[in-house]
Amino acid sequence: MSAVSSDVIHHEEHPRGISRWLFTTNHKDIGTMYLVFALVMFFIGGAMALVIRAELFQPGLQLVDPQFFNSMTTMHALVMIFGVVMPAFTGLANWQIPLMVGAPDMALPRMNNWSFWILPVAFALLLSTLFMPGGAPASGWTMYPPLVLQTGDAFPFLIFAIHLMGISSIMGAINVIATILNMRAPGMTLMKMPLFVWTWLITAFLLIASMPVLAGAVTMLLTDKYLATSFFNAAGGGDPVMFQHIFWFFGHPEVYILILPAFGIVSTIIPTFARKQLFGYASMVYATASIAFLSFIVWAHHMFTVGMPLAGLLFFMFSTMLIAIPTGVKVFNWVATMWRGSMTFETPMLFAIGFIVMFTMGGFSGLMLAITPVDFQYHDTYFVVAHFHYVLVPGAIFAIMAGVYYWLPKWTGHMYNETLGKWHFWLSTIFVNVTFFPMHFLGLAGMPRRIPDYALQFTGFNEIATIGAFGFGFAQLLFLYLVVKCARGGVKATDRVWEGAEGLEWTLPSPPPYHSFNTAPEVK
Amino acid sequence: MTSGKYRGALGACLAMWLLALPGVAAANGYGLNMPVGVTDISARVYGLHMLIFWICVIIGVVVFAVMFYSIFKHRKSQGAKPASFHENTAVEVVWTLIPFLILIGMAIPATRTLIAMEDTSGSDITVKVTGYQWKWHYEYIDQDVGFFSNLATPREQILGLEEKGEHYLLEVDNPMVVPVGKRVRILLTANDVIHAWWVPDLAVKKDAIPGFINEMWTQINEPGIYRGQCAELCGRDHAYMPIVVVALEEAAWETWLNEQRAGQEAEQALASAELGFDDLMARGQRIHESQCAACHQVNGEGIPNVFPAIRGSEVATGSIDAHLDVVIKGVPGTAMAAFGPQLSDVDLAAVITYQRNAWGNDTGDVVQPTQVGSAR
Repeated sequence: MSAVSSDVIHHEEHPRGISRWLFTTNHKDIGTMYLVFALVMFFIGGAMALVIRAELFQPGLQLVDPQFFNSMTTMHALVMIFGVVMPAFTGLANWQIPLMVGAPDMALPRMNNWSFWILPVAFALLLSTLFMPGGAPASGWTMYPPLVLQTGDAFPFLIFAIHLMGISSIMGAINVIATILNMRAPGMTLMKMPLFVWTWLITAFLLIASMPVLAGAVTMLLTDKYLATSFFNAAGGGDPVMFQHIFWFFGHPEVYILILPAFGIVSTIIPTFARKQLFGYASMVYATASIAFLSFIVWAHHMFTVGMPLAGLLFFMFSTMLIAIPTGVKVFNWVATMWRGSMTFETPMLFAIGFIVMFTMGGFSGLMLAITPVDFQYHDTYFVVAHFHYVLVPGAIFAIMAGVYYWLPKWTGHMYNETLGKWHFWLSTIFVNVTFFPMHFLGLAGMPRRIPDYALQFTGFNEIATIGAFGFGFAQLLFLYLVVKCARGGVKATDRVWEGAEGLEWTLPSPPPYHSFNTAPEVK
Repeated sequence: MTSGKYRGALGACLAMWLLALPGVAAANGYGLNMPVGVTDISARVYGLHMLIFWICVIIGVVVFAVMFYSIFKHRKSQGAKPASFHENTAVEVVWTLIPFLILIGMAIPATRTLIAMEDTSGSDITVKVTGYQWKWHYEYIDQDVGFFSNLATPREQILGLEEKGEHYLLEVDNPMVVPVGKRVRILLTANDVIHAWWVPDLAVKKDAIPGFINEMWTQINEPGIYRGQCAELCGRDHAYMPIVVVALEEAAWETWLNEQRAGQEAEQALASAELGFDDLMARGQRIHESQCAACHQVNGEGIPNVFPAIRGSEVATGSIDAHLDVVIKGVPGTAMAAFGPQLSDVDLAAVITYQRNAWGNDTGDVVQPTQVGSAR
């Protein structure tokens, strides 16, 4: 990626070897590190998922102890959320935002370096708990007290790892906001920004508003455990449900942190391959902002069964149902953009369409979950597991993969292997449905989530889901191969790469020079 | 697993995907849909579930039909030329308003059902349900009956040493028994961590929270046995604390109540009696296996670094008073719960006697219920 294009004469000097990566303040290097980190974590978190699915292939205890099983569900979630989806989006933001707004780099390059390098430390702390007496955290990623207070030596490591991840995310978010608000090319008004930039701007505000809340909640856990406070201990005048309220006040915005940048990526890719302008740019921006606003007033729908007063149940049911409206606007917009376009179906487009179809299915189950009286039946079952995996795997993860295939030729200067890319898409799509679709049935038929062993009537669909999970997992090795192969060489990519691509990043050579825009481009 | 069953499952998936006909494959052992249940509320919940399901199916079919039509027709290889239209206020207002109206249509019946579910007034019977790691306790407030309900599936079945029974993991030693046609109020709380009490056929699920009491109610229409599970992650054996509700006609329920009371009286009589070593050992083994073995294992060896061994341990071979203290009061800050409030004097005497004499812990000590009573 350090290749110098002959027509661009910049100072391209930077340290070589390990110190290049340790001390870099370059948005592309940092973006690459974020993406590589996310990919490594994707396989670690994926391996944990396969442990879960292997144990669940049959009823009974075959492979692991229930305590270790609980550690796997907990760590799988923490790794996938904080180690894969969030760093991958930050990596994409690092690479793309300066290129898309016509800036030479991120606004705060040293902080950028720091916010990345905190992450490997945080995950070293978290993953080290797997080898501790008492095992890794096993209370679910939601860390509900009093159960989480039964964690052994791993407990402080869990809390400090989360603090570090939060600091990293907040610094990344500050950097994104500072870059977008201060470093746009002349003429690029807010309402001319690419949608990926818009969705990231809103995501960054969500991060800054919600991560400190999580930090506060886990700090209270820490003092409850070690300093004899009773925030969440009824015997001392506290309330365990208060933790859930605080946690989900973070947790629901977090859900949209994991999906808004995905909306931005899909809104970029669909017009490119439909060769037609996005149908409603302004309504997309407003819909994103509405979703962000609503995300702060729906948190208790994650905890309908804690025994809230009727008025509370009704408020959170109605506010949650409202989210369907801006989300619907987005889906309709994508379909209207495709309508009467001139479509081709390269790998990024396939992943984007896969995103729309399967994310919408996750949206439907989300709407079903919003209906409080029925949620009492769905809550804490595999129906919920199916729901959030539909929005996170063929949702967030597919969008990230779409973005990687879309911009990889720009980043590396080489085309990836299109045939293998399509294989990757179809294998992923088939297996993701084989894995997660049967989970709807399991949940409706009464299988609770987070159990290592189950009653006999759940056997059939669990077997199918396990087969799908292994297929999906191994299909991702193809992605690894494709990315590595593309980084190392291949057919030269043109500057524009895709026939229908619009935006400042495509005016730069592929790969772009080490410093993106030394002279700000003019946007009309 | 035969290939025929797999074909059935595939058929089930296809039915759901293509025809969206739930229930088609339920007959061949792959439960597909929510149970209709046996209460008026559960039937209403099922109705709501199906209503919103079909609304989602219809919206999905319309949106995806438009999208896939476009994907097949408006492709470059078909010679499609891109149109240039964008932004149309009328269209955008319509596709905002229509979902809004659909949402209102769904909110009205949902609100009605929710109000009915949350109205806990006018109950005939009140049962207090307490969650423990990992069992349930039922207390019939006005009937003076109370008992623990433990998983009845043998560990050999869980570990695959025996064939699994029909109700594997969904069977208990003492089920909750209620009369049909009576409004039963359930008061929920927990002793240690948060649990959740859920029986799908009754469409009731609520969290059992230590230090707080939650309320819900049910009224079962048909006699029968209804099975559920703890739904909130509550630690290692979360999967092993099922719920079984037996609904009986009122007369049969009264008989059951009398049996329970008689059993409790007999148990109380034992508490002041002098028990023989063999009786204590037999009862102690049963208690150890249902209450202690989840952590300390059936062979008393525990799990290294996680759960301490009882076999050869200082507690089980040293002073009896220290042993009583640990079992009755628990060890704060660890997973060792206080069993004083959970077990009777007889059970405590039996299990301590057993642990002091099993697996080569040959202390020869015999602990009597009266000793436990004075140690409390």
